[in-house]
Amino acid sequence: MSEFLQFVFSGLTVGAVYALVALGFTIIYNASSVVNFAQGEFVMLGGMATVFIFDAGVPIWGAAALAILLTATIGILLNKLAIEPARGASVVNLIIITIGASIFLRGLAQIVFDKQIHRFPAFSGDTPFNIAGATLLPQSIWVLFGAAAVFIGLYAFFTRTLMGKAVLATANNRLAARLVGINTNFIMALSFALSAAVGATAGVLVTPITLTSYDIGVMLALKGFAAAMLGGMGNPFGALVGGLLIGLIEATTAGYLSSDYKDAAAFIVILLTLFVMPQGLFGQKSMERV
Amino acid sequence: MLTRIPPRVRALLILSILILIAPMLFPSSFYYRIGTLIFINSIAVIGLVILIGYAGQISLGHAGFSGIGAYACALAPTHLGLPPFLSLILGAVISGLLAWFVGRPILRLKGHYLAVATLGLGMLISMVLNNEAQFTGGPDGMMVASLGLTKGLEGLFDVNLKTSVVWYWFAGVMVLLGAWIALNLYNSPTGRVLRSVHDSEIAAKTVGADVARYKLVAFVISAVYASIAGSMLALFNRFITPDIASFLHSVELVTMTVLGGAGSVLGGIAGATLLTALPQALTVFHEYEHVMLGLIMMLVMIFMRDGLLPTLRKTLTRRAIA
Amino acid sequence: MSLLGVRGLGIDFGGITAVNALDFDVQPGEIVSIIGPNGAGKTTLFNMISGIYKPDRGTVTLDGDDVTSLEPHKLAERGLSRTFQNLQSFEQMTALENVMVGCHMSERSPVWVDLLRLPSSSRRNRETQERAMTLLKRVHLEKAAHMEASSLSYGALKRIDIARALACNPRILLLDEPAAGCNAVETEEIDALIAEIAQEGVAILLVEHDMKLVMKISNHVIALNYGEKLAEGTPAEISRDPKVVEAYLGSHGGKEAADALG
Ligand SMILES: Nc1ncnc2c1ncn2[C@@H]1O[C@H](COP(=O)(O)OP(=O)(O)O)[C@@H](O)[C@H]1O
Ligand SMILES: [Mg+2]
Repeated sequence: MSEFLQFVFSGLTVGAVYALVALGFTIIYNASSVVNFAQGEFVMLGGMATVFIFDAGVPIWGAAALAILLTATIGILLNKLAIEPARGASVVNLIIITIGASIFLRGLAQIVFDKQIHRFPAFSGDTPFNIAGATLLPQSIWVLFGAAAVFIGLYAFFTRTLMGKAVLATANNRLAARLVGINTNFIMALSFALSAAVGATAGVLVTPITLTSYDIGVMLALKGFAAAMLGGMGNPFGALVGGLLIGLIEATTAGYLSSDYKDAAAFIVILLTLFVMPQGLFGQKSMERV
Repeated sequence: MLTRIPPRVRALLILSILILIAPMLFPSSFYYRIGTLIFINSIAVIGLVILIGYAGQISLGHAGFSGIGAYACALAPTHLGLPPFLSLILGAVISGLLAWFVGRPILRLKGHYLAVATLGLGMLISMVLNNEAQFTGGPDGMMVASLGLTKGLEGLFDVNLKTSVVWYWFAGVMVLLGAWIALNLYNSPTGRVLRSVHDSEIAAKTVGADVARYKLVAFVISAVYASIAGSMLALFNRFITPDIASFLHSVELVTMTVLGGAGSVLGGIAGATLLTALPQALTVFHEYEHVMLGLIMMLVMIFMRDGLLPTLRKTLTRRAIA
Repeated sequence: MSLLGVRGLGIDFGGITAVNALDFDVQPGEIVSIIGPNGAGKTTLFNMISGIYKPDRGTVTLDGDDVTSLEPHKLAERGLSRTFQNLQSFEQMTALENVMVGCHMSERSPVWVDLLRLPSSSRRNRETQERAMTLLKRVHLEKAAHMEASSLSYGALKRIDIARALACNPRILLLDEPAAGCNAVETEEIDALIAEIAQEGVAILLVEHDMKLVMKISNHVIALNYGEKLAEGTPAEISRDPKVVEAYLGSHGGKEAADALG
């Protein structure tokens, strides 16, 4: 039983990270119908930048804030330089553009930072709590509450603020949004900034536990995507549930079956979801119009 | 005069001439090696031209099939006692069957979903190759038997040959064969359906085409091409690591395919040439390889949406008219 | 027995009923027109009949066989063919190739024959090309045969769409606003073509806003509104039906259209 609880703890911790990546996907997907394969790089950048800024002598909170800001800027640049000029391109083109961006950012990180594995100290030390025979790291609590805070914050932003509603309106119908005077280009930039910041936050929160290096992005993007699809593409609540589920599935696979194949769990979930219910758990069924 | 010749024959002629004259420009025999690598990549890319360029279905997992082909050649000779050439065929058959089994559900998906599903498939294959170390040697890779081309020819003709030179011509012939088949397909009843699926799946269905079946056909054919390319790479290098099945390799293959112009066989080969030769030319900037690859992918897809060759051709014809 | 039979057909999209409880028949060689304002459900009806949407209720029969929700390509094999209101051209193929794809059912061959370009593959290619050319001539587009579809005018594409559907040798042809967006000359050509096709014994189910045409050539008219059948009858009956005049022609611009109805 305590063993199972242990798997639940670790599953929820990584699951929260996947949920944040999935949320990042969702924000950009809703605003632009682009599936951003570079989403995982935001997590990498958040973690790596924090490491290096921290090592330069900036206190951890400042380092984290700077890293998130930096990543958000990169998100805006990505939109401005790669996504905006490609408006109207085919899905295949857009896939290649965002994968190109992912490889580019990874290559850049490899040059600007390095190819080593890094971490910075956990926010509240490394003394684990003992709960019913299972251990829980203080940093895991940071991850879980951090993710919850991000979700609640974004929920408030989208439902309570005018700007958030403008984003939703743009997601719903770009042309109509423009007609009522919403600056859709700004909304797109905002979405990329938010999405990148969410990813970077995940990177900041989880790096003390999972460590980080320049090449962690692809795997994270995939699992985030799996989470988003499992929950139902475009649905933020689905992203949350999907992320936690993928995390739990992965942790139990690693615990009970084989840690070599824990990554396979996410892919098998993707494939099964796509075959059995392509609209995901909370997505809407739709028919292609002709 | 050239315009009188059917496009299919013209493309094959151009390709043959290029393969024949390229060695005259090689400063050293090392370039035969690069040429061979270009041809091997071209073979996988021609398969993707059929899948992506003709039929409009993306795959981010075809390196997985290359992995199957490669490891078939690495494993079958020792474990099954098959000669390397038959191992290549075995790999192609396994890849084709796997593509056929998983293709039907996967190809119901479109766009991003298809991309992610194929990506997952490729990842699973790559994971098996990495994890089953008692067979595959894991991430460190394993040795591969020799195809015995050079030995065979030397025995036949009593001459001394360089392996890389022999492989250059062997791979060149294989590229021509692969191109010939893909070009045959282009203007055939089957090829027309594939190309129509690219533009409107629904319209293709309403004229009586069993679209699901045709997409599957393209998927299987392209998997076989990828597998043969993987086998050839293993046999050429005499060594193989799971990197051949990696996501990055899948992405490279797709990039080669669309870089030159996904719709055309020659465009695909041009893309393969560029992306294979470039890292070799930039070995001094090895650090920058990923940055360059990413930049090229983004720039070409933003500014030359149809790929290099079609964009070039359009500019040229526009000039000619003006 | 009717060629096409529709019974109780209906479909909903997210709680909104787009088509409901529709019944009608099309006899061999007959021209039946569906009229109704935009959003009435005409295209949705076509999509259900041709197997693109799966209806939530009701059945579709061809020659008395239940073909509800059969795949579109299976329906094409049974002689049902269609065009699209929003063009579904094969844009990167030439006009000729577009029509050649329409000949698919008569030219299909084993894949390996095509891969190796065996003589039978080349022969089929030639035969299909000739047939497609004949059809292109029929829609007066032989000059555009080798132009890429993406470079052709809307009116030309509309006619290619018809030629492609005809290449299937249909017994019943569904035409969804075949003349919409065409200029006067093109419209006239399309009108003449429809009449000609009908003369050859192909049954036609037509959605068209050009009331003159509808009234002239239809054996039978069905008026839809909000997805339900409002009225059905001969052109004369329909044009006198007050409900139709009220609903379809509406208040704005009604007079002009009422004149057209005669
Ligand atoms: N795939 C779909 N998803 C959601 N709603 C649809 C879909 N197809 C049609 N509709 C809706 O069904 C109704 C009928 O549309 P349509 O059949 O196109 O009308 P018409 O062809 O008569 O102008 C419209 O309200 C339209 O929005
Ligand atoms: Mg309509």
